[in-house]
Amino acid sequence: MSTLANSKMSVQLQSKESTANEQMETSNSNVETSGIVYDTKDLNLWYSETHALKDINLSIHEKEVTAIIGPSGCGKSTYIKTLNRMVELVPGVQTTGTISYKNKNILDKSFKVEDLRTQVGMVFQKPNPFPKSIYENIVYGPKIHGIRNKKVLDEIVETSLRGAYIWDEVKDRLNENAYGLSGGQQQRLCIARALAVQPDVILMDEPTSALDPKSTLKIEELVQELKKDYSIIIVTHNMQQAARISDRTAFFLNGEVVEYDETDTIFTNPSDSRTEDYISGRFG
Amino acid sequence: MYALILCWVQMLEGVTGEMQKNSEVRHGESLNVSEMIAQNKNKKSISNLVEKLIPTFLFLLALITVLTTLGILYTLLSQAIEFFKQVPIWEFFTGTVLKPLSQNPEFGILPLISGTLISTFIAMLVAGPIGLMSAVYLSEYASDNVRRVLKPMLEILAGIPTIVYGFFAFTFVTPLIREIWPDVGATNILSPGLVMGVMIIPMIASLSEDAMTSVPNAMREGSLAMGATKLETTFKVVIPAAFSGIIASFVLGISRAIGETMIVTIASGSSKNFTFDITQSMQTMTAYIVEVSGGEAPAGSTIYYSLYAVALTLFVFTLIMNLLARYVSRKFREEY
Repeated sequence: MSTLANSKMSVQLQSKESTANEQMETSNSNVETSGIVYDTKDLNLWYSETHALKDINLSIHEKEVTAIIGPSGCGKSTYIKTLNRMVELVPGVQTTGTISYKNKNILDKSFKVEDLRTQVGMVFQKPNPFPKSIYENIVYGPKIHGIRNKKVLDEIVETSLRGAYIWDEVKDRLNENAYGLSGGQQQRLCIARALAVQPDVILMDEPTSALDPKSTLKIEELVQELKKDYSIIIVTHNMQQAARISDRTAFFLNGEVVEYDETDTIFTNPSDSRTEDYISGRFG
Repeated sequence: MYALILCWVQMLEGVTGEMQKNSEVRHGESLNVSEMIAQNKNKKSISNLVEKLIPTFLFLLALITVLTTLGILYTLLSQAIEFFKQVPIWEFFTGTVLKPLSQNPEFGILPLISGTLISTFIAMLVAGPIGLMSAVYLSEYASDNVRRVLKPMLEILAGIPTIVYGFFAFTFVTPLIREIWPDVGATNILSPGLVMGVMIIPMIASLSEDAMTSVPNAMREGSLAMGATKLETTFKVVIPAAFSGIIASFVLGISRAIGETMIVTIASGSSKNFTFDITQSMQTMTAYIVEVSGGEAPAGSTIYYSLYAVALTLFVFTLIMNLLARYVSRKFREEY
């Protein structure tokens, strides 16, 4: 208990000392690698007493698919939820370290979380459309951000649904309740809903774990299309999926990043033996 | 009653259980479970019989409610028909003058209906917004600790006897209103309306809170992840999703206000004014029934039968409210 508190203190102190250096570093490195969308430095996260993320350092690249794999409870979902600060919905969460998004530390309390979430869309494990019509689901985001023009909204609905490859299936029943759709359609609707506010990043938290193989395939194909315009970070417990669709893969274990590299390297020539054990199915 | 039956069944099972133990001991060494179960099957005949009789018994209990309702309805109808033989139905429902005790009695129910509707309206004006906002606070904003303290306190408010509320309206609220607004009469419809509203707040708050709490968290997350604020999430996702439950709580509140008796009887007096002036004394249907049945109304007289006609009208009002509630909540239900 007391040791934990101590270590937390020391981490805080460390991060405070190093913040100044880091900021200089990030601003320097920003010139060379403009393709970085998220830069995580020394991120630590506690759920009350549980140390869920330990010294995470990760740079996530723009317009790529980054997969996060690892066994249950390794912190992969926690990490992705930290990227849009949804993790704060859990009471008693504390963080140290920085996550720079477009050169701004999003963990800074002065950073407006609504702005962040407008630029960073999220798709959840279980499809969670609102109990409204398909049309109302899509225009929800634009409407709360002040877009009221009916013509503009109509156009947003069509582009978003086309973007999520679901337009042809639903164009004749836009006014029907979203809960009449199948699970896979609902999930693509949720992706379309995220696209409606034209974010830069889309976070996907095990988006296919509640879906059948056919719907899963459709979502995977969709992800391949979407990465042309969006940076995608996808948490998956399915290693084959990570291998199929991602450009880079991070392997999490017990709240730490064991290995982070290009997906090909991770799956063919991992440098850490634990990664090899995991991807070859020896545990997890 | 139900608990009693459960006890009985348990007792029976206890008895057979003991018999089972005895046979176990007697047979001794080798434990043959399937044989024991087969043996017990025969012994279980009593509890089997209970198992078969219980549904019939429960059905009879449920029937009591239905039969009582039908009985009340029959009494109301038969006596009201007597009334309508003496006072034409048209005159009753369109008459604006109610003078049951005068030499030339007149029986128009409109003063009572206006009194009922106005007091209900005032009550809902208080209870609707405050109740709903309390529910929003409890379900969306309050921490677990605050909720644990606040909700039981709200429910205590619902447990105060209405006679206390009536007294409170008459001796505290009315004088307070008259300080600010001297035109208000010593008995008036405003004060009981307001107090009735306070009485209904817990009902609306508690039921609406239940409806909102049962909206899955995934929906809140979906909205927050779109960059919506907590307030936007509450009003554009949670409340619409819980709408049918909220409407149901409102309608129950209205039914309660229409049926409320003591508060209006005490604080609104017994003037049978047909008016929309809330500063004046008015009588509601329920208060009329109290006044007449408490006074001298010889059985068989017109005034005696008028009680049933008013009661029937009251019954129809609450019935309509309940049907309306079903219709509205079905129409606006957001299914998830």
